[in-house]
Amino acid sequence: MTDTHPSDTDPRDRGGPRQPILSVRDLKKYFPLRGPLGTINAHVQAVDGVSFDVMKGETLGVVGESGCGKSTTARLLMRLIEPDAGSVVLDGDPIGHGGITLRELRRNMQMVFQDSYASLNPRHTATEEISFGLRVHGIPAAKAREQALSSLRLVGLDPTLFADRYPHEMSGGQRQRVNVARGIALNPRLLILDESVSALDKSVQAQVLNLLAELKQRLNLTYIFISHDLNVVHHVSDRVLVMYLGKVVELGPVDRIYRAAAHPYTRALFASRLSMNPALRVEAVPLSGDPPNPVRPPSGCRFRTRCAMAEAICAAAEPMLSSVADAHQAACHAVIPGSGHSQAEALAHAA
Amino acid sequence: MSATVETSPVAAAPRATPKRRRTGGFWRRVARHVMRDKLALLCTVILALIALSAIFAPWIAPADPYKTSMMRRLLPPLSPGYILGTDELGRDMLSRLLYGGRVSLAMGISPVILATLIGGALGVTAGYFGRHVNMAIMRVVDVFYAFPSVLLAVAMAGVLGAGLFNSLISLTLVFIPPIARVAEAVTTQVRNQDYVEAARATGASAPRIIVQHVLANVTGPIMTYASSLVSIAIIISSGLSFLGLGAAPPIADWGLMLNTLRQAIYVAPINAVLPGVMIFAASVSFNLLSDSLRTAMDVRA
Repeated sequence: MTDTHPSDTDPRDRGGPRQPILSVRDLKKYFPLRGPLGTINAHVQAVDGVSFDVMKGETLGVVGESGCGKSTTARLLMRLIEPDAGSVVLDGDPIGHGGITLRELRRNMQMVFQDSYASLNPRHTATEEISFGLRVHGIPAAKAREQALSSLRLVGLDPTLFADRYPHEMSGGQRQRVNVARGIALNPRLLILDESVSALDKSVQAQVLNLLAELKQRLNLTYIFISHDLNVVHHVSDRVLVMYLGKVVELGPVDRIYRAAAHPYTRALFASRLSMNPALRVEAVPLSGDPPNPVRPPSGCRFRTRCAMAEAICAAAEPMLSSVADAHQAACHAVIPGSGHSQAEALAHAA
Repeated sequence: MSATVETSPVAAAPRATPKRRRTGGFWRRVARHVMRDKLALLCTVILALIALSAIFAPWIAPADPYKTSMMRRLLPPLSPGYILGTDELGRDMLSRLLYGGRVSLAMGISPVILATLIGGALGVTAGYFGRHVNMAIMRVVDVFYAFPSVLLAVAMAGVLGAGLFNSLISLTLVFIPPIARVAEAVTTQVRNQDYVEAARATGASAPRIIVQHVLANVTGPIMTYASSLVSIAIIISSGLSFLGLGAAPPIADWGLMLNTLRQAIYVAPINAVLPGVMIFAASVSFNLLSDSLRTAMDVRA
């Protein structure tokens, strides 16, 4: 557990540093809406054709409004819910169909949930909770307990104090540390943090973030960091993925996304952030209304109903995620040269 | 944001939490809570007395509960030699009440235990797997649930024939549906908790998750509910005996005694009421104890 690999000599690494640790292609999940007789009336298009890569050792921030499919994506990656379509490749190995088993996937990939209380079994002590996963993977009880204790130590909880505590005997920050300890106990390579620090108050949040940064170094981890807190995402991420209504609308290096976002939704999202500088605060609401109903999303670009730049082409065709700069992609007709959008033409002339 | 300053001292030093002993497991906390509740403690004492006197009836009963005496019929309580008087065949009331506790308690507790095992298994399975499994199990359960419990018990006992064993089976069948329903409801609730998701995320199999994560969190509510059924079981089994579908005559059973002493209610009202008092004491005690258990098991209380 405690061994610290320099990132280039990790024995678990197979494809080398250039091969993404996780490659997601065209992931889809439609939840059926059933009528009173159990007939399927419609589908909620929760995740609709999401594709992205996660590079080894990076932190990929995932942002978007509530209900845009961030958590569903996380659950699909963990296979807590079955995807309707799409493929997930872990360091070159597809899941199932001749690739690695679900069990192996789960040993390599773990998840930390938002609600620190609900994600711990109220009848289990910290050690019992952490060692459960180890037992599942065939580690004998005594050794599992030992490893659980060393996981506790790794997350900064003294085992002599916390090993036998129940969730209700710990504070929110301590509970979330136990959740992190459970996540890293199986020695995974990828940790999905689904709003893991959102429910903690600011000072505790900072401690847990520092802990996560430290663990990432020590255990050679890769993070998928899901959050609606744009400041935190800015602070921790290397790259940022922006989701809107079940689709990826923009993906790029954190500095580019925060400085020069290409997609109008990303720009609106960032404009809605409160600034520490009073001079930069805006009075007008940059993004009005709610996202459209995911049961019947708008035709073409899903954002067009709330977009100031929407034109005829936006309703007619769906914009594909296209490269706008080095390693920076966006799905907006206005930035895709030759899309038929007036701004795209101007862009083409300028180039 | 503004809460940062107030909360930081506690949060900033998770290691500095004062040292203290483990507060003990869940069941120990429940026991402590019940012990602190005076009414629940009284009920526990009453039930313990009834149970002990039933178990040790052969040793403490002053007379043979089956020995009739035509000379001493319906003696009032406090008669010399017969503290609680005699019944309509001159048998010692106290001895019969002590022996009767054996049958009544057994008929109150064992069908509930059987029904908890069967109904609990059905409900947990339905709740955990959901969807079609849930549909299949719960709709069948609903059919049984649609009948009033007493009617169902009488019908079952009527079909199976009189006798203690048959009334035990019919009582078990009566209690399976409500217990299955409660088990299904709590399991569905627990099943959607993040910690079950987290357990699934480790790759654990369904039986393993059910045993280690689900059962620990559903046994409390299921047992609380089941304990409230014991009093109903005692009453229905007494009712079956009263109707002649349960215990057969010479056997000492509170329900049956109530039935046979019914004719004597104008002659010796106290004697006639005594078995009813026992049924009442036992069932009320079980009810109050189960209420106390329910509050004690509320983790956040």
